[in-house]
Amino acid sequence: MFDLTGKKALVTGATGGLGSAIAKALAAQGAIVAISGTREAVLNELAAQIPNSVPLVANLSGEGEAEGLIKRAEEALGGLDILVANAGVTRDGLLMRMKDSDFDDVLKINLYSYFAMCKAAMRGMMKQKSGRIIGIASIVGVTGNAGQANYAASKAGMIGFTKSVAQEVASRGITANCIAPGFIVSPMTEILTDAQKAATMAQIPAGRMGEADEIAALACYLASDEAAYITGQTININGGMAMI
Amino acid sequence: MSEVLEKVKAIVVEHLNADPEKVVENANFIDDLGADSLDTVELVMAFEEAFGIEIPDDAAEKIQTVGDAVKFISEKQ
Repeated sequence: MFDLTGKKALVTGATGGLGSAIAKALAAQGAIVAISGTREAVLNELAAQIPNSVPLVANLSGEGEAEGLIKRAEEALGGLDILVANAGVTRDGLLMRMKDSDFDDVLKINLYSYFAMCKAAMRGMMKQKSGRIIGIASIVGVTGNAGQANYAASKAGMIGFTKSVAQEVASRGITANCIAPGFIVSPMTEILTDAQKAATMAQIPAGRMGEADEIAALACYLASDEAAYITGQTININGGMAMI
Repeated sequence: MSEVLEKVKAIVVEHLNADPEKVVENANFIDDLGADSLDTVELVMAFEEAFGIEIPDDAAEKIQTVGDAVKFISEKQ
């Protein structure tokens, strides 16, 4: 089950906590994985740990970078079967204190790059009549979160976008889904204060934070042939923090 | 011109599973040949590949009939 032997995958934001776990998990299932991120040294270090992986340095906030990354991945791998759009940033702050640039940056990196990558990847997937788009959204895109209006907008945007894409290409063997992780142990949640963590923990019926590997397992499933009939969905994986 | 027309016809027949007799110059992909909007995107991709040309998005939108495609491709070559 969930065998990905020979499948060609691209994972963005691969140097992050979730991204590296997803890249490793896809590779463990047999996929050839291109990993992208902004930090070259960390990326090369990660590539050394993952067999058959290709490091591609890319800063998705740059003009044409997202589209270019797809082309580079297709060239390096000889095609693309699986796109895991995991790269994302936060610029938290209350709306009344939020700078225009904080909103723009988050939308650009989290949502616009997702659009540009999906568009670029669609050509090849349409031709081969198969493909897997997996957008890493967030529980915040579903429920909202004070101090994260920009981040929530970007993640909710990913979810709506994914549903539309899923409808457009379902007849061509291509699925598009989002994973909406809750509170996961990662560098992104590491920066929270103990008080913030405790407050969040109180809302999680499972009584613990999620592990990156638990998200990665879901990504492997969605990437697999077995998940061909699931499309346009947002899978919430959050220890019961929000039951939707 | 006729060579391009024949090649375009063959691509349309194959991609849309269309009746070859209906694939005439003024046949509209969507209205006459049963294509949906995604089919037309695929057709344009197939033309690009078969003729080794690039069809920009704004031009692609105007290619709605077999004749439109033949005209555009002939001018490009």
